[in-house]
Amino acid sequence: MRSLLVRGMLVGLAAALIAYVVAWFAGEPQVAAAISIEEARAAAAGEAAEPELVSRTVQETAGLLTALLVYGAALGGFYSIAYAFAHGRLGAHGRLGALGARATALTVAAAGFVVVYVTPILKYPANPPAVGNPDSIGRRTTLYFTMILVALLAAAVATYAGRSLSPRLGAWNATLSGIGVYAVLVGAAYAVMPTIDEVPGDFSAGTLWWFRVASFGIQFALWGAIGLLFGGLTERSLRHGTPREAGLRPAATR
Amino acid sequence: MAQPAIPVSRPLPVTIPVREILPWAVFAAVAGLVLLYFVGAEQGATHLISGHTVHEFVHDGRHLLGFPCH
Repeated sequence: MRSLLVRGMLVGLAAALIAYVVAWFAGEPQVAAAISIEEARAAAAGEAAEPELVSRTVQETAGLLTALLVYGAALGGFYSIAYAFAHGRLGAHGRLGALGARATALTVAAAGFVVVYVTPILKYPANPPAVGNPDSIGRRTTLYFTMILVALLAAAVATYAGRSLSPRLGAWNATLSGIGVYAVLVGAAYAVMPTIDEVPGDFSAGTLWWFRVASFGIQFALWGAIGLLFGGLTERSLRHGTPREAGLRPAATR
Repeated sequence: MAQPAIPVSRPLPVTIPVREILPWAVFAAVAGLVLLYFVGAEQGATHLISGHTVHEFVHDGRHLLGFPCH
């Protein structure tokens, strides 16, 4: 188990490097565009320019890279725990149908991406600088993290429901039922939780759209790389590695 | 009856017992939440360290990862 956790965190760091490439080429131009809108607005309002605590150059290189690495390591750690629960437990009812290491790894990564990122941002989308009222940051942060928590709980309930239905409905239909349970719970949360829209009317629609696409791309690269690298490495160590590793044995060699 | 059982080339999957995962899960959750807090929320909605340096340093990452920033 310890080797899985270490592997998860290292894979998270590697995935962060890949995500940084996406962030640099897709994200930074949009952040720069949003900041120039912010500055133009401040200048028009006659406000003095804010003193720079951290230069833009540091923010878009070391700062961004550090943020991604720390986030990647944390995600990789959580991910490896989820993988440990899923290993040998996913797939058709009956042990022989269980998914192998690579397929399990990719399934867990896809589920994590949808639950931890896609579900929350469909209600509370990512915003570039110059969007968002500083006075509501507390409320927005609380709501965003609450949405992540709700999505995780919904996923737990859906997984439990799917697994209980599996003997009766078969793996395929039980999985579909689980996804249905997740959709209903998340839909109810979307309906109940307050909507936030603080995008100024004159903000560039293009910048907003491409910023959100870039954010999606960064998270997609991060989760995708974690799933593929973790699966590949786990498969390899199960085949060639120490047989005593963490009580893990091949889920199914295919 | 002439054919003896062929050794299975696909070994049965062995799951990791939940009681073995749990302590590591707690450890990973605590460590991970501390890390996420500094990337996602420190000096935004709340702060442990005064000032804005941490916020400004991770500023671009916080925006691009989807966290509310300011």
